[in-house]
Amino acid sequence: MMCAAIDMLGEDVMASYSTNEFKGGLKIMLDGDPCSIIENEFVKPGKGQAFNRVKIRNLKTGRVLEKTFKSGESVEGADVHETEMQYLYTDGEFWHFMDPQSYEQVSADQAAVAESAKWLKEQDMCLVTLWNGAPIIVEPPKFVILNVSDTDPGLKGDTSGSGGKPATLETGAVVRVPLFVQIGEAIKVDTRSGEYVSRAKED
Amino acid sequence: MTASDEWRPSAAVETIRARAEMLARIRQFFKRIGVLEVETPICSRYATTDPALESFSTRYTGPGAARGRDLYLHTSPEFAMKRLLAAGSGAIYQICKVFRNGEYGPRHNPEFSLLEWYRPGLDYHQLMDEVAQLVNTLTKQPMSVERLSYAELFEDYLDLNPHLATGDQLRQCAISQGVAGAEQLAIEDRDGWLDLLMSHLIEPRLGQGGMTFVYDYPASQAALARIREEPTPVAERFELYMEGIEIANGFQELTGAEEQHRRFEDDNHRRRQSHQTAVPMDQNLLAALTAGLPDCSGVALGLDRLLMVLTGVADIRQVVTFDISRA
Repeated sequence: MMCAAIDMLGEDVMASYSTNEFKGGLKIMLDGDPCSIIENEFVKPGKGQAFNRVKIRNLKTGRVLEKTFKSGESVEGADVHETEMQYLYTDGEFWHFMDPQSYEQVSADQAAVAESAKWLKEQDMCLVTLWNGAPIIVEPPKFVILNVSDTDPGLKGDTSGSGGKPATLETGAVVRVPLFVQIGEAIKVDTRSGEYVSRAKED
Repeated sequence: MTASDEWRPSAAVETIRARAEMLARIRQFFKRIGVLEVETPICSRYATTDPALESFSTRYTGPGAARGRDLYLHTSPEFAMKRLLAAGSGAIYQICKVFRNGEYGPRHNPEFSLLEWYRPGLDYHQLMDEVAQLVNTLTKQPMSVERLSYAELFEDYLDLNPHLATGDQLRQCAISQGVAGAEQLAIEDRDGWLDLLMSHLIEPRLGQGGMTFVYDYPASQAALARIREEPTPVAERFELYMEGIEIANGFQELTGAEEQHRRFEDDNHRRRQSHQTAVPMDQNLLAALTAGLPDCSGVALGLDRLLMVLTGVADIRQVVTFDISRA
């Protein structure tokens, strides 16, 4: 959960966390970027200074880094939360999403959408990570149903026994599909592996 | 961990058996060499002043203390055992639970088992030999033993003199050696930087497949060890490392009451400076030292960590029946 509080000026300020509150999943600010703690290790010589050795993911870049804190130090929390949002459309520069409850819209840039762009189909629900209200990560649904816009029509030609052919989908993604899949058909794809799962039933 | 399996032990049954076997062999070892097993109180009206240690406290109310009296849980049985030594006990050992607030992680549980022993007439180098002998009675095969002074260690691994380097030089070393976040660490004293370098860069490489003893610590890290003045003052203190884990800490014991009193005062002064609470210093220990503590060496050995090494596990939770999250 977010730990926003209101300061005397009436502005939202994030709570800060002491190293004793560190645990996997905690969102903190580090060098100006929102980060998520992956691992936290308490290191202390019997007769000496205690440290927290932390493995952190920078949520903007996705990079994993290490960082050592003095135990007892405090770190600013990051106003980060994940929410289900509906993908509306892209104008080429931004991808637009809507909160289905509030109908509020947000726009995500290329950096936030990144590799997910090729799985985004209008109306699909996505998991959007918001930092200070702006999207920084967009995760497509685990499975998407997309139309095949181009693939080799032939059933023959697969003499290698590899059991498949490339197919370009309506979103631009290219996946390997079985030979029987034809242009115009809808298929189900696992977005985590980028692999064909099955033919999708027509609605 | 879900609520439904919280009742289960965090250690496997084989490990619980291995602990019983380890304890039995330790008692045999001390019986053979003629060291007496003792028990001392866990609760004391006095606490350890060491700024690196936080005592738990509790309260006794009843006969003798109608309005209640604060008691501290010991962080080691050192003070009471030294009172026994001053009273003429001769060589003694103790196996007990000790308590340290604020310490929890893969190598720390706030309550843990300590083996502590004192040897009048042995110096700390002879005591290192004895620690190695004891460990070798617990391992399947005798292990190699390496001994390095704290200065040699820092020269070998980091190319600097830990007794003479300035705080800034130590900081620069941490940065150039790639300790992540070293630039932003607000460490005020040299010892904090030495602890950082030791715990992040050196410790993980010590005692790989054997025992590494490190001895002659900076005088500023003497704790209750005697300080030898020449040529650079060093604390006659040692630590044992196995598989990158700190296992034991030993001293050529400080015997002077005045010096002990001064260190207690210094500790409390440092506690106040770093916004820790000052704690009552052990007047009974000071009185015992005034009466006369025989020249002796002493060592405290973490039994849970030793059991981790003996059973080859990486997390202390796997060697205690119920760690604090299940206690």
